[in-house]
Amino acid sequence: MDIQVRVWRQSGPEDKGRMVTYDVKDISPDASFLEMLDVLNEKLILDGDDPVAFDHDCREGICGMCGMMINGVAHGPERATTTCQLHMRHFKDGDTIDVEPWRASAFPVIKDLVVNRGAFDRIIAAGGYITAPTGTAPDAHATPVPKPDADAAFEAATCIGCGACVAACPNGSSMLFTAAKVAHLGLLPQGQPERDSRVVDMLEAQDEAGFGGCTNMGECTTVCPKGIPLSLIGRLNNDYRKAIGKR
Amino acid sequence: MAVSGLLLVGFLAMHMLGNLKIFFGADSFNHYAHWLRTVGVPLLPEGWFLWIQRFALTAAVIAHIAAATVLARRARRARPVRYVHRPKVQGSYAARTMRWGGVIILLFVIYHILDLTTGTLNPVADPEHPYRNVVADFAPGRWYVTLFYTLAVVSVGFHLRHGLFSAARTLGQRTPRGERLVRAAALVLSVALVAGYLSVPFAVLTGLVD
Repeated sequence: MDIQVRVWRQSGPEDKGRMVTYDVKDISPDASFLEMLDVLNEKLILDGDDPVAFDHDCREGICGMCGMMINGVAHGPERATTTCQLHMRHFKDGDTIDVEPWRASAFPVIKDLVVNRGAFDRIIAAGGYITAPTGTAPDAHATPVPKPDADAAFEAATCIGCGACVAACPNGSSMLFTAAKVAHLGLLPQGQPERDSRVVDMLEAQDEAGFGGCTNMGECTTVCPKGIPLSLIGRLNNDYRKAIGKR
Repeated sequence: MAVSGLLLVGFLAMHMLGNLKIFFGADSFNHYAHWLRTVGVPLLPEGWFLWIQRFALTAAVIAHIAAATVLARRARRARPVRYVHRPKVQGSYAARTMRWGGVIILLFVIYHILDLTTGTLNPVADPEHPYRNVVADFAPGRWYVTLFYTLAVVSVGFHLRHGLFSAARTLGQRTPRGERLVRAAALVLSVALVAGYLSVPFAVLTGLVD
């Protein structure tokens, strides 16, 4: 199939950037979106042009590296799918596809479609961990965890930190990401000692990074490749209210 | 945002119940309006309860607008470069129109106070007979007043549909089952309030109340 892509080209953080149109011909409908970009880049390199920079790693939908706005939707039109798992058969022959990087002041563009998501690392560093003695691994049954809690914690833990929630949020808020991390640890017995300080510190780090405030629109859940539920934000708010009450 | 909003919703519900007195006749409605001035007497001097309520509501409105302004400004700062291609947000119409809907509601509240509290914009403006003021207000010849009133009340309905759910979420509502319940309750309450508020002008318009 033949398509046209309009890609955001920005040579560096200081460049103003612009949309550039490219024709991509003879793409297999079974190619992934990233493979289509690979084909485009090979052509650009042969032509002596600068290839389009984009993030990717596992290409199995589990690492959270890839991610771009495809026709204004984070990770493209397929629900619960990362960009690397999106296939060209979901587009029509002759389509023009707009590709842009995540837009958030906390995620500055490094080049083209690559953004710096270090702000997420700062949120994690503020409280997304547990205090555990290192050394030999404890016995698996040393700390009993009820099955429903384990399942709910695992659901939250599937967050791959790709940043689609921020990219899609009309407020540019990272609430779903922070909520997933807070819930994932807060639901487990190992996460209890830091439960109060975690939610307060992570929210502070989120505000400091320059993310917007949550207004419960639900865009984040809609585009989340892992389907992290919106109700986790309520869990975060609940933890936050209790933590502030104890201060 | 949530706390000030819920305070205002409480007022809306009481205000609507008061409005419905109009269906019990002019005496009932007028008596209710005068009674509002004597609430709390003799513990409070006459009219004090009303003024305390007005101050509390004004404070809630200011807090609500201040919180909304902070959120809107933070949202703007969080995304300085806009998307070139951005389809409509997938969230509900109610969620998308919270900010502009709020502005419409504020403008209406200002008009509404000038109309039926101070009487500045009311064709009758008789402080002794609020029933006559209301009936004159929604007379068929003043269809534009009814239109603006309807628009504002429907805006309130949309505002509450998302606002009530969002407030519950902000205050810690956290289960998927609870979310379904809260969303349903928000819809029912919004529809009930819109129906209650709109029943008055349309009763006047159709001659049910005159």
